[in-house]
Amino acid sequence: MTTLKEPALTETPKLIAGPASYLDDRLGAGSFLKRNLRKVFPDHWSFLLGEIALYSFIILLLTGTFLTFWFKPGMGHVEYQGPYEQLRGVMMSEAYASTLKISFEVRGGLLMRQMHHWAALLFVAGMTVHMLRVFFTGAYRKPRELNWIIGVLLLTLALAEGLTGYSLPDDLLSGAGLRITEGVAISLPLVGTYLTFFLFGGEYPGEDVIARFYSLHILLIPGILLALISAHMILMWVQKHTQMPGTGRNNTNVVGAPFYPAFMAKAGAYFLFTFTAIAALGTFAQINPIWLFGPYTPADISAGSQPDFYMGFLEGALRLMPAWEINFLGYTLPLSVLIPALVPMGIIMTGLALYPFIEQWVTGDRREHHIADRPRNNPHRTSIGMAAVVFYGLLWLLGANDEISAFFHIDLYHTTIFGRFAVFLGPALAYVVTYRICMGLQRKDAEVMSHGVESGVIKRMPNGQYIEVHVPPAEDIADHLRGKARLPILPGEADIEGIPPKGARSILGKARAVLSKKYGTEHVPLEEEGGHGHAAIGSGEDKH
Amino acid sequence: MTSNEHSSHEEDARVPRRVIGTPAAGTAVLGDSPPQPPVEDPAVVYPDLAAARRAERLVALLFLVTFLSGVAFIASYVIFQVGTVDSTAASNLALGTSLTLALLSLAAGIVLWVRRIMPKYTLVQERHPMVSAPDTQEYVADTFVAGANESGFVRHKLLRRTLLLAAAPLGLAPLILLKDLGPLPGTSLRHTVWKKGLRLTVEGTGAPIRAADFNSPGGILSVVPQGYEHDLNALAKATLILIKFRSDQLKAGTNQNWTHDGIVAYSKICTHVGCPAALYEQTTHHILCPCHQSTFDATDGAKVIFGPAARPLPQLPIGVDSEGYLIAEADFDVPVGPSFWERGDAEAEAREAREKAS
Ligand code: HEM
Ligand code: FES
Repeated sequence: MTTLKEPALTETPKLIAGPASYLDDRLGAGSFLKRNLRKVFPDHWSFLLGEIALYSFIILLLTGTFLTFWFKPGMGHVEYQGPYEQLRGVMMSEAYASTLKISFEVRGGLLMRQMHHWAALLFVAGMTVHMLRVFFTGAYRKPRELNWIIGVLLLTLALAEGLTGYSLPDDLLSGAGLRITEGVAISLPLVGTYLTFFLFGGEYPGEDVIARFYSLHILLIPGILLALISAHMILMWVQKHTQMPGTGRNNTNVVGAPFYPAFMAKAGAYFLFTFTAIAALGTFAQINPIWLFGPYTPADISAGSQPDFYMGFLEGALRLMPAWEINFLGYTLPLSVLIPALVPMGIIMTGLALYPFIEQWVTGDRREHHIADRPRNNPHRTSIGMAAVVFYGLLWLLGANDEISAFFHIDLYHTTIFGRFAVFLGPALAYVVTYRICMGLQRKDAEVMSHGVESGVIKRMPNGQYIEVHVPPAEDIADHLRGKARLPILPGEADIEGIPPKGARSILGKARAVLSKKYGTEHVPLEEEGGHGHAAIGSGEDKH
Repeated sequence: MTSNEHSSHEEDARVPRRVIGTPAAGTAVLGDSPPQPPVEDPAVVYPDLAAARRAERLVALLFLVTFLSGVAFIASYVIFQVGTVDSTAASNLALGTSLTLALLSLAAGIVLWVRRIMPKYTLVQERHPMVSAPDTQEYVADTFVAGANESGFVRHKLLRRTLLLAAAPLGLAPLILLKDLGPLPGTSLRHTVWKKGLRLTVEGTGAPIRAADFNSPGGILSVVPQGYEHDLNALAKATLILIKFRSDQLKAGTNQNWTHDGIVAYSKICTHVGCPAALYEQTTHHILCPCHQSTFDATDGAKVIFGPAARPLPQLPIGVDSEGYLIAEADFDVPVGPSFWERGDAEAEAREAREKAS
């Protein structure tokens, strides 16, 4: 340890003390800072994922504002007279022309456009992966259910934000996406035609939709996103971050670095890293070169057009669907559009939103949880999560089945037919496999705790037998493993007289008890060498 | 907000207590009371001073790179002009590279600073249950009830009901205001601009098509109505795909009366969700929609062979005018494009109407 003989501050510099006192006099900021300057933040690589989404959002706001200075959200036709030779003299919308202008006539315009698009992809990707980590570690449990719901809203809104933004340049590629959006909207029973006529100001494509998407994209949705992200951050701050199990960490403390100065500086650096990555992508990886696609016309399409990745699962669902359509009493129910457009998204988003509450209902667990679960230690949750990931992933892959078919020389229709079965079988298989893997990993942990780890030292026994010496695991690893908390199970067994407990008498109650037992049964308890039984160190209030 | 005491760090002394009524200036938040000398704290482990010095030099180097890259960025803005594809690419590369480098080395510098110069922390902070104390809850509940009673909202029924009544139309007003977003659909989705005598023209060139010139079997054209080449609303419904067959190739699904000399016109707008069904396979006579791969048999009334589209591409009745140019004989007799709720089984209705007429 150093003795700090170097120059150091002995008092707050006047330049800071002055304004600080000024603010404190007027706001009483002191007591807030007293509580929060040294707020402790735990560390784990996976906690960065949410930050990536946050920083991408900030970059989206910055680059997007730059783009608004030149973009013209108009659908009036103009003849292009700009510097891009290949399109000179072509009729196009003002929106498309102004996007060309940003790309070729504004210095840094192309960079900002490309960065904006890359940041959007990173935003959704970061959010999705962040959500997966929250899910698999059970960080959505009480008291964080509200923040989880905010997260699901954020993800949904981000998709809407991406869709409206992608359509703005009014090029041939984005136009195809817009056309599909219209086709889906008009298929809705009862309200479909009204909805599309109100959205497009009449028949498709009309002259209004770009301007309307524009105000949604730069004002309404970002405004809501900003409000929700702020709420998300405030809740995270108030509830404090979850932490991974480990030495000295428990359910009633947080171990880590203080906000000021360490976490603050680190967060700044990670913002800059995200910014770096997006700047590098915007520089070196071309994205959405709209000048190659040409202006939009509903009469044409470029083959092999693909939406941005986060729309891929909807595209895949649309492709897989068999041609079902019901006509009755003079009305039409286009199931071949409705089902793929609404059901997968509905399953995923509703499932996400409800999961914390369903889990709570099944386990009857109403305690606060601040220690993150290791995914293996809640095998059913992890398996359900993986089944969902596979479901989404398959739809996503099959959204590019024409590319797959061309690349691997597989018949196009076979990929579709394969997909129709795979979306059902794949998730089931993923469930089983994940469950097994979780159990295997649990067994390995149990072995490490009960028999120690292989030391690499071979010893000869008196009887001539060779054995490898096992030593107890390092203390930090052992503490990490001991974080395993037992899952609570609802009482469901009948008592001695054969009467089941109160909650488990109705059919629903019985089902609940069965699920609870399945969900929570401990197959591989952790036994320590010394034999102190279950090591439920992770949760100080575990009463089971 | 919950309290945040540190078990290892009591910081109360940093913020001197303020006696009520005394002026705060000078004694406030970051006032000049001297901080305590650094205590030996096992939760705050400083790096070795020499190592920190080495790290400092590295960090300084990185910050210098950021400075230079920042200068390079500004210089690039001045030096590289845009306009052509090549000059824009050069400008993009120069601006982007300098920006990336500036951000990267700044980020790396700060991370090094945190890791090598700042102490390692294992501070511990207590958590407290989020729920507030029972007496607080009780106080809030009592206050709420008292306030509700004081307001008279409960006792005065008339007040309550008229307030609700008053709010209802105001709540509806914003919805009503949205009505002028668009006209009502009416029957517009059932018609296109095609009508008897309107000439078919080639998409892109706008040239009318003489039937006699479009004579090689297997030939295909994308067709728009004359005079509507730039009317996107019209094109979104009226674009056609025109195919020439030998008469013996056509099957029952295609209405032979609506063809001219083996030339058939189908709507190009996919009946799934409306992409232009733009791909045509000569050998199999399949029309393929690139969006979700609905496949239509062009020889057989464009009926669906594969994919999510549920209905055939509607066929347009065509003929020739006195100069031998292809013209429409009528509008489509069913709505084109994606299905919608009010559409119903338009094909069956059209069939019935035709049977009745003949
Ligand atoms: C705009 C997008 C989002 C941003 C900017 C964002 C940002 C963050 C950040 C920086 C954290 C703290 C670090 C971390 O735990 O990784 C966090 C925590 C959290 N996020 Fe998000 N997030 C977003 C979307 C989501 C989504 C989609 C979900 C879930 C559906 C979600 C659920 C949560 C929860 C429950 C926490 C608290 C977890 C904890 O304390 O460990 N967030 N968010
Ligand atoms: S729009 Fe043609 S298949 Fe979907």
